[in-house]
Amino acid sequence: MLELDNLRITQDDFSLRADLVVPGGATTAILGPSGGGKSTLLLAVAGFVPITGNLRWQGRDLAALPPAARPVSMLFQEHNLFPHLSIARNVGLGIRPDLKLTKPERNAVAAALARVGLEGRGAVLPRQLSGGERQRVALARALLRQQPLWLLDEPFAALGPALRREMLLLLEDIRAEQRAAVLLVTHAPEDARCIAQSCIFVGNGRAAPPIDKDRFFAHPSPAFKAYAGL
Amino acid sequence: MKKFLFAAAFSLPFGSAMAQTPELTVYTYDSFITEWGPGPQIKAAFEAECGCTLTFVGAGDGAALLSRLRLEGARSEADIVLGLDNSLMEQARDLGVFAPLAAAPAGLALPVDWSDDTFLPYDWGYLAFVYDNTKLQLVPTSFEALAESDLKIIIQDPRSSTPGLGLALWVKAAYGDDAARIWEGLNDNIVTVTKGWSESYGMFLEGEADMVLSYTTSPAYHLIAEDDPSKSAALFSEGHYMQIEVAAKLAGSEQDALADRFMAFITTEAFQRVIPETNWMYPATDVALPPLFEQMISPAPVAGPLTISDAGRKAVVNEWVRVLSQ
Amino acid sequence: MNPVVKTCGIGAILVVAVLVLAPVIALLAQAETGGWAVGAWPAIRFTLLQASLSALISVVLAIPLARALMRRQFWGRGLMISLLGAPFLLPSIVAVLGLLAIWGRSGVMSDILAMAGLGPLDIYGLKGVLLAHVFFNLPLATRMLLQGWQAVPSEHFRLAAQLALAPRTRFALLEMPVLRGAVPSALLVIFMLSMSSFAVALALGGGPRASTIELAIYQALRFEFDLAAAAQLAIVQLLVGLAAAALAFHFGRAARFGGGLGAPFQNWDSRRWPRWLDGLVLVTAAAFTGLPLAAILLKGAAGLGLGLPAGLPMAWAISLLVALASTALALGLALALAFFIAASKRGDRIELFTLLLLATSPFVIGTGLFILINPVASPFALALPVTALVNAALGLPIMLRVIRPALARVNADYGLLAEGLGMAGRARFRLLTLPQIRSELGFATGLAAALSMGDLGVITLFAPPDVQTLPLLMYRQMGSYQMDAAAGSALILVASSFALFYIFDKGGRGAGTG
Repeated sequence: MLELDNLRITQDDFSLRADLVVPGGATTAILGPSGGGKSTLLLAVAGFVPITGNLRWQGRDLAALPPAARPVSMLFQEHNLFPHLSIARNVGLGIRPDLKLTKPERNAVAAALARVGLEGRGAVLPRQLSGGERQRVALARALLRQQPLWLLDEPFAALGPALRREMLLLLEDIRAEQRAAVLLVTHAPEDARCIAQSCIFVGNGRAAPPIDKDRFFAHPSPAFKAYAGL
Repeated sequence: MKKFLFAAAFSLPFGSAMAQTPELTVYTYDSFITEWGPGPQIKAAFEAECGCTLTFVGAGDGAALLSRLRLEGARSEADIVLGLDNSLMEQARDLGVFAPLAAAPAGLALPVDWSDDTFLPYDWGYLAFVYDNTKLQLVPTSFEALAESDLKIIIQDPRSSTPGLGLALWVKAAYGDDAARIWEGLNDNIVTVTKGWSESYGMFLEGEADMVLSYTTSPAYHLIAEDDPSKSAALFSEGHYMQIEVAAKLAGSEQDALADRFMAFITTEAFQRVIPETNWMYPATDVALPPLFEQMISPAPVAGPLTISDAGRKAVVNEWVRVLSQ
Repeated sequence: MNPVVKTCGIGAILVVAVLVLAPVIALLAQAETGGWAVGAWPAIRFTLLQASLSALISVVLAIPLARALMRRQFWGRGLMISLLGAPFLLPSIVAVLGLLAIWGRSGVMSDILAMAGLGPLDIYGLKGVLLAHVFFNLPLATRMLLQGWQAVPSEHFRLAAQLALAPRTRFALLEMPVLRGAVPSALLVIFMLSMSSFAVALALGGGPRASTIELAIYQALRFEFDLAAAAQLAIVQLLVGLAAAALAFHFGRAARFGGGLGAPFQNWDSRRWPRWLDGLVLVTAAAFTGLPLAAILLKGAAGLGLGLPAGLPMAWAISLLVALASTALALGLALALAFFIAASKRGDRIELFTLLLLATSPFVIGTGLFILINPVASPFALALPVTALVNAALGLPIMLRVIRPALARVNADYGLLAEGLGMAGRARFRLLTLPQIRSELGFATGLAAALSMGDLGVITLFAPPDVQTLPLLMYRQMGSYQMDAAAGSALILVASSFALFYIFDKGGRGAGTG
């Protein structure tokens, strides 16, 4: 489980505090208005934003670790791929950052691409794919990294409803397989309803502790109601 | 690694020569040592009779030569310096690194008397304005005439070029205190002032000006090497400035006897006959000239001292700068 | 900071420091008198004037040219962009003669004017100096601006077209940010280069009014042997360079657009800006740059027809060797410095210091180094390594000016991603940085290689007997009446320099992104 203990993020004129515990082995959705700090929260957990307070994963202190050393896979909203590398090589970076892959490792890359529905297209460049396909490549890479904690920042926002649902289910499949914990920032409450176990609302400078999904939507807080237009 | 290879490769000639035959090092200017200059023939001729190795080191032009000597001082590896001229001589003498000549020079045939105990002339020439005789009919016969005409000329900067300095000294010698007036008159004739002789001569050949400051022997080059009679030099009534190029032995030389021998060699026919058609200057002795040299103009030397002190030179140059900057 | 980056970076800074400071100190140490170079004030004034104007005019004219090149696709575009590197590589005297063939009193333009009954064109004076400097530097400025624009992802231009942005808005959003970064850079580099111009200023300046600081230094070192004055003037040059660089850094801010997908640029905006205007700009620029080059080519070809001097192949080989050595050195130094600066908080100040190399007189460096080396080693033996080092140092500031923004862009766009994936060290360089900065790296390396090939500086003081570089051979030919033959050597020199430049430049740009 992920513990944010008296965590504070301060950037220019923005500040966010969080005091919560995220359960492991499940998907937790992060909802809230734009500019509220959802993405910043993810960046803080990943190690790209300085914090005060404590950040622990399974009891281990994360704050001292550089981003690459944290047990985290992060998918940004965009620019998850290097434009000059083929998607196979982009995915391969998830196994070895120097891309010196062995045969079994290369097979694993091909298998990961097949898993996300891009079988046989490893030689293609990112710009030759659609937005959704590019996100799938990023997902394939995260799959291979096998980290216990995934941070996803609106990864499927650009996709149509059917495709989005398909990707969410795929995500959930892989997550369950690897028994990872997922923090998913999303603007669509239906995404949360679809795969999340609990929901965190970020707004007014505070990240609220996770609430069980059903209760979250059954008894929405005033702030969430205002956000969701309920 | 590369550095070692370079160092090894280029010190080999020095090293091996030292071991076998004595080596004489002569510092000179660049155009002397090129494959079309006097260097190769003189080297061959001297080595044939001395049983030694003659090594020329090119150090830029005359002024660069002097500055190289100043940089190296007494530690210089040079045995002989060949390529200073009369405008730089006094400054060179002030360095105090030269040794007097072993014997009075024999057979010198300069248009003026020469009696210096340290510096030995090896060739000389007259400065003159050179023009294209197929394009210019009314040739000026004096500085006054040139200043009054509409002709366009290119000259060199006395602060960076020896012929440029020579021109300034020429006007000064011919006109004394009146030199400023002449320069004022020339101001509108001057197209541009270049850093060195090459640029100005190249620009003249391209047609940028009617006349260029060069030597009376320049037409000889075109005549002999290019079969082109179109260039001529203008004869001025004031007389022309002589550029006398000299050689001298360094007091710190380790090859004293060999250096003396080379100094003596300078006035022999073997050396002198190479000069006209490689250095395009007049030989210092009476050796026979190529026939076409006879066609060159024969000016009289301008009145006045051949050499100039450092202070004197500065004064002339400052005046030049002042007048032409107006 | 990565320890390798730190060590290499500090090493590179030390090399720069030695080359900038040691010669001046050597001169001061050796100097006897302590006179102040009074007469140099007019020279300082003129130098500042011509350098500022050269930089301003070059950059102002480069803007429409770079825009036209950016927007239009035409046959030969890639070649023209590469050819824009050419004038910069010409030895001064070769360029002057080429320019005079077109603009001189007996040049093509004058002939045309004569047909109309007008007098010959007289460019001598400040205008001639500016003409030559713009000829050298307009192409360079254009390339630098182009580099900046090519870093803008094509998606942004697509967006601008989709939004049907008014030309003024499009300019403000897309083109201004690039200019704000690239223009001060280009101004600075050209200012520094023009400041140390010497032979050009003299040949075309028309007289002593057009004296430069560099001439004063040359005079002080060669004719007066006034080391103190030379050192003082060198310090003045350094201070001026410092001031200019500080200004440029203050006003210039690198443009940041976020990463794109590397799709080739396409111009959807053709109807806003008339096509014929762009065409006119391109043709004029091509003529301005190309005609003098053509003149050099023709004269050179005629000169080659007279046969090659025996020493030419050897001189060519030596020049090539030195050029390659110095390029390798320059590349190493530039990358070491670029990475060090990227990771350091005082990056701007370090680059400022490096730019001082452009403001340093090559005469001072050469003489200073000679004074330092002569007591301990034979200058002859060290001639080629020293020449390679000094040439590398002279190309270094320009390389840095080109590479550093590229590196900053890559780190800004992909730094987070790379860090998150644990890409570090050699792997990161090989997989991310190098492919992304290839284009700028190729251009910068090409410049350094070609500059070194054509350099006539330090070698003259250190040249051992029997060893000459190609520029030296050419200059010696010119000094011996052999103007036509010298034109031939010049042609070979220019062609080789350009070939070197093209190989690196094209190699960096690869296919299609031109």
